[in-house]
Amino acid sequence: MTRFFTSEHEWIAVDGNVATVGITDYAQGQLGDIVFVELPAAGATVAKGKEAAVVESVKAASDVYSPVSGAVTGSNDALVDEPALANTAPETDGWFFKLTLSDPSELDGLMDEAAYKAFVDGL
Amino acid sequence: MMMSATEEPAASLPLDGWHRALGARMVPFAGYAMPIQYEGIIAEHQWTRTHAGLFDVSHMGQLTLSGANVAEALETLLPGDIKGLSENRQRYSLLLDASGGIIDDLMVTRRADDFYMVVNGATKVGDIAHMRAHLPAGVALVTMDDQALLALQGPEAVTALARIVPGVEALVFMQAGAFGHGEHKLWISRSGYTGEDGFEISLPASSVEMFAGLLLDQPEVKPIGLGARDSLRLEAGLPLYGHDLDTNIDPATADLGFAVSKRRRAEGGFPGAATILPHLADGAPTKRVGLAVEGRLPAREGAPILFDGATIGTVTSGGFAPTVNAPIAMGYVAAAHAVPGTQLEVEVRGKRLAATVTPMPFVPHRYVRKGAL
Repeated sequence: MTRFFTSEHEWIAVDGNVATVGITDYAQGQLGDIVFVELPAAGATVAKGKEAAVVESVKAASDVYSPVSGAVTGSNDALVDEPALANTAPETDGWFFKLTLSDPSELDGLMDEAAYKAFVDGL
Repeated sequence: MMMSATEEPAASLPLDGWHRALGARMVPFAGYAMPIQYEGIIAEHQWTRTHAGLFDVSHMGQLTLSGANVAEALETLLPGDIKGLSENRQRYSLLLDASGGIIDDLMVTRRADDFYMVVNGATKVGDIAHMRAHLPAGVALVTMDDQALLALQGPEAVTALARIVPGVEALVFMQAGAFGHGEHKLWISRSGYTGEDGFEISLPASSVEMFAGLLLDQPEVKPIGLGARDSLRLEAGLPLYGHDLDTNIDPATADLGFAVSKRRRAEGGFPGAATILPHLADGAPTKRVGLAVEGRLPAREGAPILFDGATIGTVTSGGFAPTVNAPIAMGYVAAAHAVPGTQLEVEVRGKRLAATVTPMPFVPHRYVRKGAL
């Protein structure tokens, strides 16, 4: 399993053609208390860089963009029931959705963990 | 997701470094860098409702008005009974334009030698220009630019503050007075904008870091950011200028009829009285209402309000209410839809959510009034 990051603070864990997407620990820290998430349904198609989910903090609503294009195979019911999971376990139990990649070459432009850490440190 | 990466340049307030040292996230607000949160909005909100929250509201405008017939002069701009205000008594009032639109909402206190006024930070420059243009030459308006303002709010605020400033416990809601701590001069009122018991403390900017530190040393007190201030005032049903109030809204429409004092209703003579008095007598055609929103999805400012599929109004403030543990909102609807219990809908990203018109406050006020314990 390889993990990539976007400059919009999503992570994607890839295993072959299947991937899991969520928001980073940095993102949840910036958002503050998360009170609601809206996730894509299984069967939906998402496009790289386009809105795929919405996360509502006490302060504001923010779009979550899909790091890659693909077909959604499922989303995290536990996160819908307990949106605060995105605060407490953003990069594990607080994942957002799973998808099948339609174009694995889209991963090429994403950051690895070290590059993302350096990117965040520079913000 | 999109994160705001750049912040506009903003002026710093006296406690700027103090907030940063406490781990506050600073954001631009009303032209200043202000703390939006420390440990998190929900935790800070709940701490204020159960203990005591310390807010830095030094961005607000503080000023004094003095001179011959100053009370009469203020009554030409405000609809409150200013002449009848006794010394050390504070009143919520509204700065009105000629058609009765709200230029700002404010607090005014009669002191021995002047009136002390606190106005919103985002509107203070315009407020002052308006007052200077309309007050007679005999009234002196002085801005207190070297004065900071703290708010200590919550059920344990009185315990914490009285330990440092004995005597403040004798104040009741909307009463104020001069106090001291050592050589430091404090002007303290029992008031605030969270719905809780609490105090606002005006003091020289040169003393504020010392005094804020003393307050924070009390076990009841934690620092609270603007994020929780907003969710607290929303639950308390208190309108926020620039969101729920503006110059298109008159006091009756805003459901702030209490700010038009009884004597002024009888006498008139305040700006927009020809519009406002009939609205107060017969009911305004449009009214500010509270909405309890079904589900968990917050309806925020700008969300359309619908009845029977048609848009009939707009949410002016809304969000997730930590004490209510549900989304709540305020907005304006036609009087026919303003009756508590009316079933409406609000639209968020194309989804229609059931919303019920609900009496405000959403969380009961806990002001300490005269005669109460």
